[in-house]
Amino acid sequence: MLKIENLTNAIDGKAILKGLSLSINAGEIHAIMGPNGAGKSTLAYTLGGRPGYEVTGGEVDFAPEPGKSQDLFALDPHERAAAGLFLGFQYPVEIPGVSNLQFLRESLNSQRKARGEAALSGGEFIKLAKEKAGLLGLDMDMLKRPVNVGFSGGEKKRNEMVQMGILDPKLAILDETDSGLDIDALKTVGAGINTIMRKPDRAVLLITHYQRLLDYVQPDFVHVLAAGRIVKSGGPELALELEREGYAEVLAA
Amino acid sequence: MNALALPTRRDEAWRYSDLDAVKSVWPIAPATHIDVAAGETTHHHLLQDAADTDVAIHDYVIQIADGASCHFHILNSGGRLGRVTLDVTLGEGAHFELGGAIIGGGSQTLEIVTTVTHAKPNATSAQTIRSILGQTATGSYLGKIAVARDAQKTDAAQSVKAMLLDRTATANAKPELEIYADDVKCAHGATVGELDKAALFYMASRGMEPAVAQTLLLRSFIAGVFDSVADESVRETLEEAALARLEKLA
Repeated sequence: MLKIENLTNAIDGKAILKGLSLSINAGEIHAIMGPNGAGKSTLAYTLGGRPGYEVTGGEVDFAPEPGKSQDLFALDPHERAAAGLFLGFQYPVEIPGVSNLQFLRESLNSQRKARGEAALSGGEFIKLAKEKAGLLGLDMDMLKRPVNVGFSGGEKKRNEMVQMGILDPKLAILDETDSGLDIDALKTVGAGINTIMRKPDRAVLLITHYQRLLDYVQPDFVHVLAAGRIVKSGGPELALELEREGYAEVLAA
Repeated sequence: MNALALPTRRDEAWRYSDLDAVKSVWPIAPATHIDVAAGETTHHHLLQDAADTDVAIHDYVIQIADGASCHFHILNSGGRLGRVTLDVTLGEGAHFELGGAIIGGGSQTLEIVTTVTHAKPNATSAQTIRSILGQTATGSYLGKIAVARDAQKTDAAQSVKAMLLDRTATANAKPELEIYADDVKCAHGATVGELDKAALFYMASRGMEPAVAQTLLLRSFIAGVFDSVADESVRETLEEAALARLEKLA
């Protein structure tokens, strides 16, 4: 699904990722944990193609379907999304004056157009939106409001997951989707991730500070990112060890 | 406004205009007069979408009698020079409302110039102008508010916002207040900005094509301008013409 090899990047000339390698296969859920400033969000934004996140070296292959491998960095951000990449934002952006429904319908139909599929009609789209909003416990009325405007932190994160449900990506990179969530919302969001993405032809990269979300979304692999590189990888037990002993202790061992 | 002598740049109301273009059509036609009788409410609109090479100048002189109300909506988007001037005089307790959108690209010069005179007490005026300018276009709003000595309790507001799609485009916003009464409220706000880059990336990350994302953001930027158009078919005509012009800019 995703193969990152020796990725380096820079923001305003300052190196952040310093030779990061990671392979994610279809059907797998990976978690990346790491201390503040390790480069976790930078990795997410770089893969998403945010302007200003300059790739200075390395390669990323994205294969949304077996045998359909392509150079991720040859695609513009909107083309990456159409190819099946979804980026869950740590701080979802507010867009006054544009309703969630309009935003999502235009996004989905842009993606469908890029893939040579017919646009969804208004009725078909509303049906889909209702179903996914219901799954995440987000009131349909929220979707009629401007994108994320006046949403609480938790509502914004639920909204990210509703968007993921509607856009139905192959690979989701979720940047601290658990931050700002209370226990109940965390359960709902965790269940949403499992329902939408826990499938043999999908994959997830969860970026998180805490082990808590991993109680609900069981990762197959856990990686520790520190100073721009993956310094340790293991199974789910590694997350528990980190939670118990802290990054410094585990990294020193 | 239809003085016989060709205007010069020293004339405030022509300061940012395209005087060569003006010269080519001088002398211009006399102003259109609108008189709103006491207690009446009227609605007017102007869809200025002249051909690219045209020079379009529309002058209005509007008298709003005591207790009357006048709503004016403008889409100023056509012509090499597109200029709309409104010279408005308000009676006691009268109301004037202007919603204006300026949408331009290429090397267009588009302007809305207003003089709103509060001649009597208790009148209100509200002007909302939104400009979207690309390439080397120039968009100007010059808004003068004059409050006479006995026009107490005047409430006059101007809200002017411009969005530049290219660093080479120009927006001018010039409020001018001339107040001789001492118990009045005059509010004006002007901003010039660019498209929100964070929003554009967020939209792209969801798969939206850049041109679609830009048009969606620009639509929301001018959305409020035509909200108060009473006739639904007029509102649709103005909104559709604005959208068509925005799509050409994307």
